[in-house]
Amino acid sequence: MTANGLYEEIIIAGFGGQGIMLTGKLLAQTAMQAGKEVTYMPSYGAEVRGGTANCMVIISETKIACPVVAKPDSLIVMNKASLNKFGPRLKNHGLLIMNSSLIDTEPQLDETIEIISIPADELAVELGSQKSANMAALGAYLQKRAYLTADQAGQALPNVLAKRYHKTLPLNIKALQCGAEFTKSCCKV
Amino acid sequence: MTEKGQTSIGTEERVLMCGNEALAEAAILAGCDAYFGYPITPQNEIPAYMSRRMPEEGRVFVQSESELAAINMVFGASATGKRAMTSSSSPGISLMQEGISYLAGAELPAVVVNVMRGGPGLGNIAPSQSDYFQATRGGGHGDYRTIVFGPSSVQEMADCMSLAFELADKYRMTAMILADGFLGQMMEPVVLKKRPSPELPPKDWALTGAKDREQNIVRSLWLGEGVLEDLNFKLDDKYKQIQKNEVLCEQYEVDDAEIIVVAYGIAARIVSGAVTRAREEGIKVGWIRPVTLWPFPTEQISKAADEFRLFLTVEMSTGQMVEDVKLAVAGKAPVVFYGRPGGGVPTVDEILDKIRQLTIRHKTQDSRLKTQDKR
Repeated sequence: MTANGLYEEIIIAGFGGQGIMLTGKLLAQTAMQAGKEVTYMPSYGAEVRGGTANCMVIISETKIACPVVAKPDSLIVMNKASLNKFGPRLKNHGLLIMNSSLIDTEPQLDETIEIISIPADELAVELGSQKSANMAALGAYLQKRAYLTADQAGQALPNVLAKRYHKTLPLNIKALQCGAEFTKSCCKV
Repeated sequence: MTEKGQTSIGTEERVLMCGNEALAEAAILAGCDAYFGYPITPQNEIPAYMSRRMPEEGRVFVQSESELAAINMVFGASATGKRAMTSSSSPGISLMQEGISYLAGAELPAVVVNVMRGGPGLGNIAPSQSDYFQATRGGGHGDYRTIVFGPSSVQEMADCMSLAFELADKYRMTAMILADGFLGQMMEPVVLKKRPSPELPPKDWALTGAKDREQNIVRSLWLGEGVLEDLNFKLDDKYKQIQKNEVLCEQYEVDDAEIIVVAYGIAARIVSGAVTRAREEGIKVGWIRPVTLWPFPTEQISKAADEFRLFLTVEMSTGQMVEDVKLAVAGKAPVVFYGRPGGGVPTVDEILDKIRQLTIRHKTQDSRLKTQDKR
């Protein structure tokens, strides 16, 4: 956050196949539809296949200068390797959303960092498909940061999801809401 | 991939697109008749997008067997008076240099997109700015130039495209978009709409069938005595016109600046982040961003160098554009360089540190000058 209002740098990371790029695109699309400035940068090429996948998203009220995220305000990690790689880069007082279904250790991070540990895979399986674990994690993030809602993300989803997957829209929207509910129930203030 | 945003194209609405796709759609809006290309990372979204959209528009898409074939297909299509383009990344652009030189010799319009990656050789697939020399010095053999754009956002990737086609036709030469892997891959909101095209000279040189008129000949071989020299002087006149009329450049907080950072493309975005933060710290710093890399904003930089200032050039290379900055500054002020080559991307913090160091050095130099004055 700056004097000009919202300025949030986010890294989303996991392994290839967890829908990391889609999650980043959805976040960027949702913010754009809400009238914000956005940039989205995927890791690309050889790095994507099999190994880790990650993307950087910046959301701002004003024009974004540099689209490169060195130290994110928020980090969404879907597996342990990503936590190890990007965890140390998180800003103090930052937010960590971690998929506890695939991360069995306590992250060793600065004590000012807020952690939401969400069993995203388990929640998604309960809803019908493990594939929407990414949506649960994003829902949890949106609920916490509260500059956009899980409902807004649900509305933006058809614009980033390829048409051949549109039959999965209801499930993914449910997963977004489920993630948001999880944050609500675990982070009562 | 972009099946969704289609309805918004051609309107004022913002669409979230990656640079490669925005550029491809902008080419279609600019009236590109034919695309020829061979795949290479990090620009594959361009041929992928074109392979779907060009047939939809009833236009030509050919995936060629090599980059050499692609650039010569561009030559052929352009010779018939059609708007033709190709795209590639650094190693592929090297392969195209012969064709680009022939296009220059034959005075044919063409648009070539280079989404740069790290080099030399096959290098890597990470973003880089190491083809500046190749792009701005002509690249192939012979006495020629190409118009070169260095966009720094997804919107500008799209905007440069229609201008590239326009200037290529106007001056009958190659216009190049010099982007990088970062700009090609990153997504930003973009407004894609048709730009009104100015009146352009008729393509009365084109090979359209010589029925009821003199035959046209398109060639780059000129063996007659003095013929090539005349052509070279004619090209040179054209290049001088372009240097006079087509320079594009953006400046920020230059007036009171003690330090001016010069950068283009994605590096300029990172620089602008660093400069804003330096200003917040009270450092008097501004930036100049060449949008056309050739013609280079020599005059603008020279003018800025009339007052005593430090110039810092930031590039994703070991220093190429810095030579043009030095030529423009012409010894009037010190020019220093900071670069990250081989796919390294400088951070805002790195550049900010560099600016802070220069402030200290600048102050020392300033006081030294004052002491000299007193003596």
